[in-house]
Amino acid sequence: MAAITLQNLAHSYNPDSGADADYALKEVNHVWEDGKAYALLGPSGCGKTTLLNIISGLLTPTRGQVLFDGQDVTEASTADRNIAQVFQFPVVYDTMTVGENLAFPLRNRGMDKALISERVQRIAEMTGLEADLHKRARGLTTDLKQKISLGRGMVREDVNAILFDEPLTVIDPHLKWELRTQLKSLHQEFGHTMIYVTHDQTEALTFAEKVVVMKDGLVLQIGTPQELFERPAHAFVGYFIGSPGMNFLPVTVEGNSARLKDAAVTLTDDYGTPDGDLRLGIRPEFVRLTRQADGLPVTINHVQDAGRHKFVNATLFDSEINIAVDEGSQIGPDMTRVILDPEKISIFRDDWRLDGRPVDQVGGGAS
Amino acid sequence: MEKTVNQRAWLLVIPVLILVAFSSIIPMMTVVNYSFQDSFGGNEFFWVGLEWYRELLHSERLWDAFGRQLLFSFIILLIEIPLGILVALSMPKKGFAASICLVLMSLPLLIPYNVVGTIWQVFGRADIGLLGRALSDLGISYNYSQNAFDAWATVIMMDVWHWTSLVALLSYAGLRSIPSAYYQAAKIDQAGRWSVFRHIELPKMRGVLMIAILLRFMDSFMIYTEPFVLTGGGPGNATTFLSIDLVKMALGQFDLGPAAAFSLMYFLVILLISYVFYTVMITADKNEANR
Repeated sequence: MAAITLQNLAHSYNPDSGADADYALKEVNHVWEDGKAYALLGPSGCGKTTLLNIISGLLTPTRGQVLFDGQDVTEASTADRNIAQVFQFPVVYDTMTVGENLAFPLRNRGMDKALISERVQRIAEMTGLEADLHKRARGLTTDLKQKISLGRGMVREDVNAILFDEPLTVIDPHLKWELRTQLKSLHQEFGHTMIYVTHDQTEALTFAEKVVVMKDGLVLQIGTPQELFERPAHAFVGYFIGSPGMNFLPVTVEGNSARLKDAAVTLTDDYGTPDGDLRLGIRPEFVRLTRQADGLPVTINHVQDAGRHKFVNATLFDSEINIAVDEGSQIGPDMTRVILDPEKISIFRDDWRLDGRPVDQVGGGAS
Repeated sequence: MEKTVNQRAWLLVIPVLILVAFSSIIPMMTVVNYSFQDSFGGNEFFWVGLEWYRELLHSERLWDAFGRQLLFSFIILLIEIPLGILVALSMPKKGFAASICLVLMSLPLLIPYNVVGTIWQVFGRADIGLLGRALSDLGISYNYSQNAFDAWATVIMMDVWHWTSLVALLSYAGLRSIPSAYYQAAKIDQAGRWSVFRHIELPKMRGVLMIAILLRFMDSFMIYTEPFVLTGGGPGNATTFLSIDLVKMALGQFDLGPAAAFSLMYFLVILLISYVFYTVMITADKNEANR
């Protein structure tokens, strides 16, 4: 097991052109701490798999280094890095039985026979493949095949890290939950460093202790699920995480006051006088629909019932805004105003989050 | 539920039936007809029943040709299949070099059969041929028109040269269709080169290899032009394969009856072997999948 450090890492599939846009992975510096469970989250084509393949050694980066426990392994082979990786689509060896498939990585490393069968038994129990151990891997269902792939990924105990590349894409929804739970418990038991690539935010947020959000080859933010939710570093993180995503309203900011058209909102932080394209971001969960006169005026467009919440879609000064309303509460026709929770407001300049200086309670009340 | 039956749909099949009737059914029936009759020319025919079949089944000449034919097909399959796979494995995977390779590999397949025969006939000649001359200069006695072994070696080399490309191209297509994740997984699992071949490439090439074997078997079993141009079936009867023998019988001796019976048996043998071969492969495939 090892801490994995990425130093000035960047990768282009067409390095000769030199164009910045050709970089599938823009420069990234990050330390994957030993024994943590990470998720790499982002839309398709954002460079997640590229980053994963660089870590596992299937790809050599155009620039930068990969260090395992401080040791440079950028040029080292996959085998030398001792990494396990599970791919999006099941990879099974057709010629072998399920058990032989699971044993294959161990056999290739010349492990003792008794130890292998013990380990295979263990993994089969965990992945629910016990009954199928002696079946041919060929001709099994996709679900089972992917379980074999997962099992092969986890069968080695001494790996430095286990990488998962959207491993549950092909799995039935009800099994997804079960397998993800298995992966988590496996992580707790053995403490392997795990990196889990996905474009599904639920999967990322439930699996990982820390989530890395990527877009267009750029790492936008690395944080706990809560940090991503409450303090997104980039407008895309706010938009991508949460359903529906964060609301964005064009504003001008002066000190701790944000001005939306005619109305002013008092902020908890002082931002000075920033220029550039400024937007106020707030999650639907922190917008309250009210009949209080001091709220901002909205026109309601439609209401959507999403089970635990109702989502109200409204227009506030020409911008669309989503408001989460608890299931129990009533929405009256006279509720045409909204109040934004000042604690939960983020200000973005050119899509990146601005950090303000906290204003103390006494001085910052007035606007 | 009532099913409406519209027999008029058969009308749509008629054009094809007519075409097939003229192109194969009627000619074949003519052959069937010949095979039961004897003719002394002048368009006079006498019914002889199964006489020709009986005679052929006891003909040493036919059995010898059949044995040569089987041996020939067996040898060229044994060489061309592994060699084709090997060539496919070592071909470049992408880029300009891959295109060049593909074109070069296709070239032998585009050469007319009798030209292939002529090329090798000249190539092997001891007086002016590059191969023949080189071998005799090295002190190796080589003469395909007098030595049976040399004739066989040349016919086999010629077929390998002509058709290994087909196996290689089919295998190459099979190899290219393997998703890269398999190779990546193999690297992660630390599989050796042999394991990758045995457990990934070979099973994934299975389908195309079956087709390659079937095609090469059928084709080699019917080989005619190349050995005919090279040696005319000689020396003696050394390279007289079934087709060559058949043509000798039908056109050389003008024994229409026996030749017709021969053709039909030849046809049935190829059909039977191909059918057995195909069935065995398909059931093996199914059994393995269901195990």
